[in-house]
Amino acid sequence: MSSFGMNEIRGGVKLIIDGDPCVVVDNIYVKPGKGQAFNRLRYRNLKNGRVIERTYKSGESIQGADVVEVDAQYLYGDGNEWHFMVTETYEQFAVHETEMADAKLWLKEQCECKLTLWNGAPILIVPPTFVVLAIVETDPGLKGDTAGSGGKPAKLESGAVVRVPLFIQNGELIKVDTRTGEYVSRAKE
Amino acid sequence: MIHVLVNMSPAQKNNNWQPSAAISELQNRATTINGIRAFFAERNVLEVETPLMCRTSVTDPFIESIPAHYQAHPEQKPQQCYLQTSPEYAMKRLLAAGSGSIFQICKAFRQGEIGHHHNPEFTMLEWYRTDFNHLQLMDEVDALLQRLLQTSPADKISYQSLFQTKLGINIHEATLKTLQQCAVAHGINVQEEITDCDTWLTLLLTHCIEPELGMDRPCFIYNFPASQAALARINHGTPPTAARFEVYYQGMELANGFHELQSADEQRERFEKNNLAREALKLKTMPIDQLFLSGLAAGLPDCSGVALGVDRLVMLASHTRCD
Repeated sequence: MSSFGMNEIRGGVKLIIDGDPCVVVDNIYVKPGKGQAFNRLRYRNLKNGRVIERTYKSGESIQGADVVEVDAQYLYGDGNEWHFMVTETYEQFAVHETEMADAKLWLKEQCECKLTLWNGAPILIVPPTFVVLAIVETDPGLKGDTAGSGGKPAKLESGAVVRVPLFIQNGELIKVDTRTGEYVSRAKE
Repeated sequence: MIHVLVNMSPAQKNNNWQPSAAISELQNRATTINGIRAFFAERNVLEVETPLMCRTSVTDPFIESIPAHYQAHPEQKPQQCYLQTSPEYAMKRLLAAGSGSIFQICKAFRQGEIGHHHNPEFTMLEWYRTDFNHLQLMDEVDALLQRLLQTSPADKISYQSLFQTKLGINIHEATLKTLQQCAVAHGINVQEEITDCDTWLTLLLTHCIEPELGMDRPCFIYNFPASQAALARINHGTPPTAARFEVYYQGMELANGFHELQSADEQRERFEKNNLAREALKLKTMPIDQLFLSGLAAGLPDCSGVALGVDRLVMLASHTRCD
């Protein structure tokens, strides 16, 4: 992968910084009429999601990263690895727990995810923003509670535990926002 | 920027022939430029034109000139020339030749300068006033901005007070370590090692101060550290400062001016020092403009000069910001 001069780097460009693949958020050229030129680079580390700002001298260059994002379907988990198939190519990938991170909490077989590949290997799995999952375990609720008073924990078929309103019962389907892990509504399949 | 870029805009890659400036922007630009000419006509300042392509250019280690190759004849070895980064040296030769106060609106070129507020080719307004010191010239810049941008009278603050007020730093006592700690405290995370105070000061100015400078009305910073004098004379006080100013409006640098250095010897020393700095930075050294130095030696009248970015002025005048 070629490297990029500081003034060629735009938002969306993928770079390797401190050994990790990153995506550029923005890059501001700072050059006083008299004085040295710098670039203020903001980038997101694709492995841990953190956004970092760093200032570079404008003459520098940074190694590009071979990073692509593909649509993939979750096939199954075997206890050690999670298996995915790229929708377009049918290519299959086995993903380890470290890369799965929180994504593993929301997966049901056949769900469509975004897989980020760095040099052909998966580094990040993003589940759909909203998923519909069945409740497998929760305390019996109180009929008539609609406003919710803090709710109660409920375990989902995928293994995640979310807070749900008291009226939600065992076996019901609910819609969850995977970005926040919050209950959204009751759902029908 | 409202320019049509040469070989650089994504629009050109897509073969989009349409200029990136709306026609209404061009009308607005023409109004601003007519306003500049009227301002100087009222003051009997002579409009001049000087060459954009010369055999020499600036030695400033932080300004790169774009080379041009001239051939008098197709067989001839090309002559190394440079597109000018500012018309300063040529205009000072006119002053030394007795022109009196002069102004120029011209293109200036700077290698590699591209960003939200930079274009490698841009328009500069540069003017010189004989028998003005930098404080008097600041008043005239303020008058021009009030006329063209309908601004309130500007704020004026010395470089020292600015750093004291905004960052609690005494620039004359601060060590490399103090400046570095201040930068870190303000979340500035620099990839490379920085080993001189001026670079830290510049970073603090551009990262922490400039973005909020002159929001309501233009703000002048004057009396820079002597180490950042460029072509300004030195005010001999304790500590000595450079008779230099900059103007900021709505978080953007608009102009830079000097009470001009008259000593050819001191100017030559600064050029040579620049070339040493260029060597240390592994940059090509630049030929020194001997005609300019001869002009200074013959006698530059007591004068102050300032260069102002016209494209930024037009952006502000039309309230269009592209970031």
